[in-house]
Amino acid sequence: MNTVIRARNLQKSYAGQRVVDGLNLDIQRGECFGLLGPNGAGKTTTLRLLLGLIAPDGGELGLLDHAVPQDARIARLRVGVVPQFDNLDPDFTVTENLLVYGRYFGMSDAQIRARIPGLLAFANLTAKRDAKVPTLSGGMKRRLTLARALVNDPDIIFLDEPTTGLDPQARHLIWQRLRELTAQGKTLLLTTHFMEEAERLCHRLAVMDHGKLIQQGSPRELIEQNIEPQVVEVFGETSAAWAGQHAAHYAQRFETSGESVFCYVQDAQPLVAHLHTQNELRYLHRPANLEDVFLKLTGREMRE
Amino acid sequence: MKNNHYALPRFSRRFIPIWRRNFRVWKKMAGSSILGHLADPVIYMLGLGYGLGGMLPSIAGIPYITFLAAGTVCYSTMNSASFEALYSGFARMHEQRTWEAILNTPITLDDIVFSEMVWAASKSLLSGLAVLAVIWVLGLSHSPLVLWLIPLAFLVGLCFAALGLIMTALAPGYDFFMYYFTLVITPMVILCGVFFPVAQLPVWLQSVSAWLPLTHAIDLARPLLTNTIPAQFVWHIAVLAGYALLGFYVALVLFRRRLSQ
Repeated sequence: MNTVIRARNLQKSYAGQRVVDGLNLDIQRGECFGLLGPNGAGKTTTLRLLLGLIAPDGGELGLLDHAVPQDARIARLRVGVVPQFDNLDPDFTVTENLLVYGRYFGMSDAQIRARIPGLLAFANLTAKRDAKVPTLSGGMKRRLTLARALVNDPDIIFLDEPTTGLDPQARHLIWQRLRELTAQGKTLLLTTHFMEEAERLCHRLAVMDHGKLIQQGSPRELIEQNIEPQVVEVFGETSAAWAGQHAAHYAQRFETSGESVFCYVQDAQPLVAHLHTQNELRYLHRPANLEDVFLKLTGREMRE
Repeated sequence: MKNNHYALPRFSRRFIPIWRRNFRVWKKMAGSSILGHLADPVIYMLGLGYGLGGMLPSIAGIPYITFLAAGTVCYSTMNSASFEALYSGFARMHEQRTWEAILNTPITLDDIVFSEMVWAASKSLLSGLAVLAVIWVLGLSHSPLVLWLIPLAFLVGLCFAALGLIMTALAPGYDFFMYYFTLVITPMVILCGVFFPVAQLPVWLQSVSAWLPLTHAIDLARPLLTNTIPAQFVWHIAVLAGYALLGFYVALVLFRRRLSQ
């Protein structure tokens, strides 16, 4: 295992506000690493720093054995990027997008054309090879963006919220492709809001808030270390009143959010038995997941 | 380790794939583009040249339409370079996020801004060539020196592309460009000798005119049409090149600042 992305005490401020604050990161070759955090946590800024697109105010950065931002240009020869917002060329066809993008890496037209059929097949876009970008669906555009990020056969792929705005079918297809890339030995660094996405894809995760990494580990470790194994969600108009009287008795920890009460417990049986007797309440018993960890670590209040 | 926005530009051949990208887009709408380059300046040139020119004595020994043709080559080139650097450049930077996509590859912002300048100049060269073709067809000039209008149009294109890119770097949106066209480009057309000799202006306006790049372009273009080597041609070329280089540097610094946010 060798480290392909390395950050030490990374700092970045905008207008006096610390957006990235003392960040340390080590990502190993072949790993799928997820960066989670609420909006404004500093995820996208971190990606831009790692790519050398902006200069840090302090700290050290390495990308594939190159110092960043000094030698970022050379490092980016071996990197692919799937940006948060589509920036495909709307005047071009699917194939032209791949051809034109490959040239930015200094590849010859022959080299690029040799790769295009494989990339189209990978993105399920072979039938659309001559379609213009505005005629593609959202899912197709994302897949083309992913294929474009692979045109230079990169070692590392950065993905900034790769499935935001996609329907479930399109999302599952992207997930499948990302797993294939991991199986090929590519290193993936992705940011996401979807805990399910992070739990399914990532070997390791870091939760980020206010520019700092607050937790790191595998999805399972994060759940085991941060939260009770069982969750019982209690709903109903009287749930708040019920929580005031009974929740502390049955649950190690509970949180109220609107008409829902989230009870975190080691053993759910006594609580579930009690809830059977409460006719005006409904409940859902489930194992704890990453979203519970995320909400515990970053709070339930809205971020604007 | 702050970004040094004021570092000198680093030029490389990496701008070529971006130029080729823009050329490929242009090819898809070449028909309407060429018509647009040709129709507007030629209508003005013919309308004013024959209509107004019929009532005028020759100016400096040449028919009015020939006088106007030299100005038209330059201002048509200026317009074309300005439109490309402002509207199309802004679309690529902001609306389509084309620059963002390119910056994720081993290409730098310096390469992108340089490619924008060279591309806008290339496109404006076509405008200059279109007017030149009309000059030949109408037999307005038989001077071999007129071929020098081709490199001149490219230089004028570089100059106004660079100045236009400064506006693009500052623009919050497309509406902003109206200021530049109304307050800079239109006065330039009136003050720089496109339609009448600069000597007709009051002295104080003549001294303003002497600072404007279009004046220097026209001072080069007009003698070439009558097979005369332009007076002080080194100075005029130097002024145009100076505007191009300085404009490019200022635009680059502003883009570095804008895109480091």
